[in-house]
Amino acid sequence: MTAASMEAGATVPTDETESAVVAQQGLVHTAMQLWRTRIGVVLVAGLVAIAIVGPWVAPYGAGEFVGTANLSDVEGTWLGTDYFGQDVWSRFLHGGRSILLLASLATLIGFFFGAAIGLIAAYNRGRIDDALMRFMDILLAFPQLLLALVALTTVGPQSWLIVAIVGFTTIPRIARITRGAAVPVVERDFIGAAEALGESRFRIITRELLPNVTGPLLVEANLRLTYSISIIAGLGFLGFATERNAADWGLMVQENRVALAVQPWGTVLPAVAIALLTIGTGLISDGLARTVAGIDRGRPDA
Amino acid sequence: MGILKLILRRLMLGVATLVVVSIAVFLLTNVLGDPVKRMLGRGALPDVVRARRAELNLDRPLVTRYFDWLGGLLTGDPGTSFANGTPVWDILKDRVNNSLLLMAVSAAISVPLSLFVGAYAALRRDKWFDRLMSNQLLVLAAMPEFVVGALLTVILATNVWHIVPAVSRIRPGEAPWSDLDGLVLPVLTLVLAVTPHVGRTMRAAMIEVLESDYVEMARLKGLSERSVLWRHSFPNALGPTLQVIALNIAYLAGGVVIVESLFNFRGVGIALRDAIPEANAPVVQFIAMFIALIYVISNLVADIATILVTPLLRTRLQ
Amino acid sequence: MSDQRVALTIRDLRLDVAQSGHDIVDEVSLTIAPGEVLGLVGESGSGKTTVGLAVLGHARKGVAIHAGTVSIGGTDIIGLRGKALRQARGRLVSYVPQDPGTALNPALRIGPQVYEVLEAHGFGANKAERKARVREVFNEVLLPSIPDFLNRYPHQLSGGQQQRVGLAMAFATRPAVIVLDEPTTGLDVSTQAHVLETIRSLAASHGVAALYVTHDLAVVATLADRVAVMYAGRIVEQGTTAEIFANPAHPYTRYLVAAAPEMGSDRELVGLGGRAPAPGRRPVGCAFAPRCEVATPQCSQSFPDVTVVSGGASGGPIADDGSHEVRCFHAFSVPERTVRRAAAGDASGSANGDVALSLRSISAGYTGHVVVHDVSFEIARGESVALVGESGSGKSTLSRSIGGLHREWTGDMLLGGEPLQRSARDRPVQQRLSIQYVFQNPYSSLHPRRSVAESIARPLAIAGVDRREISREVDSMLERVSLSSAYGARFPDQLSGGERQRVAIARALISEPQVLICDEVTSALDVLVQATIIELLVDLQRDLGLSMLFVTHNLPLVRSVAQRVAVMADGVIVELGSTASTLSDPQQEYTKRLLADTPAIPDFEVRS
Repeated sequence: MTAASMEAGATVPTDETESAVVAQQGLVHTAMQLWRTRIGVVLVAGLVAIAIVGPWVAPYGAGEFVGTANLSDVEGTWLGTDYFGQDVWSRFLHGGRSILLLASLATLIGFFFGAAIGLIAAYNRGRIDDALMRFMDILLAFPQLLLALVALTTVGPQSWLIVAIVGFTTIPRIARITRGAAVPVVERDFIGAAEALGESRFRIITRELLPNVTGPLLVEANLRLTYSISIIAGLGFLGFATERNAADWGLMVQENRVALAVQPWGTVLPAVAIALLTIGTGLISDGLARTVAGIDRGRPDA
Repeated sequence: MGILKLILRRLMLGVATLVVVSIAVFLLTNVLGDPVKRMLGRGALPDVVRARRAELNLDRPLVTRYFDWLGGLLTGDPGTSFANGTPVWDILKDRVNNSLLLMAVSAAISVPLSLFVGAYAALRRDKWFDRLMSNQLLVLAAMPEFVVGALLTVILATNVWHIVPAVSRIRPGEAPWSDLDGLVLPVLTLVLAVTPHVGRTMRAAMIEVLESDYVEMARLKGLSERSVLWRHSFPNALGPTLQVIALNIAYLAGGVVIVESLFNFRGVGIALRDAIPEANAPVVQFIAMFIALIYVISNLVADIATILVTPLLRTRLQ
Repeated sequence: MSDQRVALTIRDLRLDVAQSGHDIVDEVSLTIAPGEVLGLVGESGSGKTTVGLAVLGHARKGVAIHAGTVSIGGTDIIGLRGKALRQARGRLVSYVPQDPGTALNPALRIGPQVYEVLEAHGFGANKAERKARVREVFNEVLLPSIPDFLNRYPHQLSGGQQQRVGLAMAFATRPAVIVLDEPTTGLDVSTQAHVLETIRSLAASHGVAALYVTHDLAVVATLADRVAVMYAGRIVEQGTTAEIFANPAHPYTRYLVAAAPEMGSDRELVGLGGRAPAPGRRPVGCAFAPRCEVATPQCSQSFPDVTVVSGGASGGPIADDGSHEVRCFHAFSVPERTVRRAAAGDASGSANGDVALSLRSISAGYTGHVVVHDVSFEIARGESVALVGESGSGKSTLSRSIGGLHREWTGDMLLGGEPLQRSARDRPVQQRLSIQYVFQNPYSSLHPRRSVAESIARPLAIAGVDRREISREVDSMLERVSLSSAYGARFPDQLSGGERQRVAIARALISEPQVLICDEVTSALDVLVQATIIELLVDLQRDLGLSMLFVTHNLPLVRSVAQRVAVMADGVIVELGSTASTLSDPQQEYTKRLLADTPAIPDFEVRS
């Protein structure tokens, strides 16, 4: 903010509000009072539990042959067999772990570097900011799924590659949001107060800036987790699950959709699981976003 | 003058983006792994590998190959398929048209629809339409396209009703509109994937505008609601939404890969999916550049449109 | 009330918080005659803007008009809906917004924005007549009416021009009533003076009744014929401007007047702690009673009826003529604290000649654009110097350079004889702690997620003081700025603006600095709070022997805080001298003009 514009709004006093007290109660705590957040947490917790515990409680192995293919009523199975005569229920229980693991790892990578780049760009306005953000813009030019596919071409569907590509392409998206949230904070005077005391750049970024953008950051990280799940499940659906013939919710949809009319479970079960998982993370993002907006809106009438 | 200069600058940025993308695509498909080894498998004899590499012109220096490839792209010769030696353009030209049609129809439906839904939800903020749309859009926005598409298939094409075909049946050489029925589910899936994002952005932009001092002022001036809406509000909400529309058109380009696979729609998406197990780098490279081009063009159009609807940007140049 | 001489009548207006039903504004009754300007004065949150908007039948989101009438020429605006209300707005009554920068549509040219009001109300027989009217009204508000100007967008105008477009929009249809909502906030004094003059002459020549909403007593004193004072949603006193300023009857009005800085005298400003109760927290009786020195138990039992102090018929509702009316059981009691004394200590007594800070040929700017040119001056130990200038004068850039916040400057700065590096980060710890900075906006200068004690303690932590010592010093510093040590555990959003600024001052003083830079520290605060902060700063400066640079655009304020004043314009110090002589006998043309343009409360004759 320039000196001139600081004076422009000079005599508009702001009064404190009751809603501002919310800020101290903790974002997550407040968000949990919204029904959408609660539903989201329940959905995500349920599916994470299935993904983690599933493989241990599955009646059959992921690749175990149990009967004639594509039958919804097979002795000894709960929901019938899939295109290859494997137990749908067992494959479902096996199929969530890799998606969740890879998506979480990728989001973490994107979150860490994205937040760092966004904060650095916001604090060092000018050339560093311009260069970083221009570069981020170019990275945004490519749909995440597409870049992942291009990278797979000569290497094949390796876990490390999928995590790296999805994580890498998440960086610019988180960086943009972080920068956007941090720029107005940088312009506030308490940053100036810290500078006048000669605080180091690192300390200003981590202690002054970061705590004031956690809200939008959390919302965005959650949203990115939703997309990472979508992309990794999408890769599975296209046939690029990380292990050949491994159970994978995305891959299951691909394998069984041809027989949708006769044995819907093979498609519907994993599709609904992915839908509920992403809806769950989406609801949590939305709950957090509403809470953040509610806190920021604490502006009374004159 | 000023506008032309700005447009020229955006154009150059677009070209720069394409150059960077081309380098990235080339490196990812040449350096990250070895297409020949992937094609022939691990146990291939070194001699065979060497011969195959020479045959595919992969034995020359990387930089030479990059410029050959780039030169080829610019002169309309994107190379030949690794799988069977057919020119890439011959394999893909029908498919490019099919995919373009799919994207164009989806965009033509979803953009006006989402602008309307977003603006109307903002006007009826916190009323039933807004609540319903916000929640619906949220749920839809969260789900991957293939899940949406699969569930649509269950509902509309197989188990519940049987209104439209579950798969597209465009044959090679046929025009993409020869199978309009088959277009319904792919388009619907893409529309459902894109509308929530643009709709939410429009809603947020419109709410901000409706709460602005100048809209309050327009009402205090005694203007009609129609004038408040169409003259004072809508144009100001469009500016911030245009960028998101551009991003989503690029996103459509990514979404076609999934949607085409799901509905066996004969476009570049399926070609891309099929080229990857074959390590068919020329096909992958061409499709990647095609989608990047769509991104750059839609972004450029959005930039120009933003400049035109935002006097602040337009006049600052003079 | 069907008197021809009345343009606007407000009767028993009440507006509520829509959800809770708590009153925001209640029992508001006013009348304004054609050609008359009524100043509606109040602090933030008093409900004055709410009243102003209700005159147009408008309530902001979350606010509901509960009861009352607003009649203009026989039409009750409150009773109108839909089309009838639209036809009244902009035609019978129009509105001039606080911030024209955001109230003009950025996507539309200014000519059409004025034209559309005429079109919406069918003003003029045809397009040509309406266009002629647009040109005419632009001339009336002293703007050019050539096509090139009418075709500009709002962002291509200066702040003053934007506000004139706001006026043109309001006056275009020749309405009977105009509501002006702090229309000069954010304008420089010279622009403000011209805009006020335009408002005055237009209202008079067109016979328009003007409701001028503001917090600025000096503006009201120079512009308004009558004044109504609002506190906590009610009008507590009204009368002619001369009456209100010469004979304030309500204790609250007395505090307001006592807190207003005056250019002509070096009397102490008197502030008042506490703040007005918010809707839903208002007591049964007089809302001011909890802060009032003369309050008695009676005050908290019922809200007093109108007492007519002079003129008009007794017992009637609050005023339709020049009568002076007040709602107080103890009208004309003089609260102890409102008696102003001469500012203690003579002008230069505390300065002992030692130079604390010396600036030599300082030039500063932003990437090639120079905004401070070759400035030199010194501040003695224990001396307070005011740096005064309009926005864009370079005063903030200069003060930020001294504080090490702005790096692009050349020249020499010496702190106690030692040269200062450009950036705070390059200065040794001792120097950093010796120059402290208090920012303009206390709402943005404190880390929102850090407790008061943590914020204040940080400079000591940098100095390497041990923990127990720090906590002791923080407690004593909190007491020093008139906050109890219990405040240490609070967070900024639990504090009022004045309390936050006290915390910021405590943070600045804890490292025992030699030089304190105050950058517009009161401009975000209401006038009573401003006075308490000024009192505090003057006391601290004197007691601690601080050297202070007090940066401000508020010329009258200078008299109360500084021994010397430096007047800055276009990056140059145009005049530097003792405060008393500079303000009473300016030598430079610029200073003279600035003084003439600054609204001041004139010496109304005191009747006893």
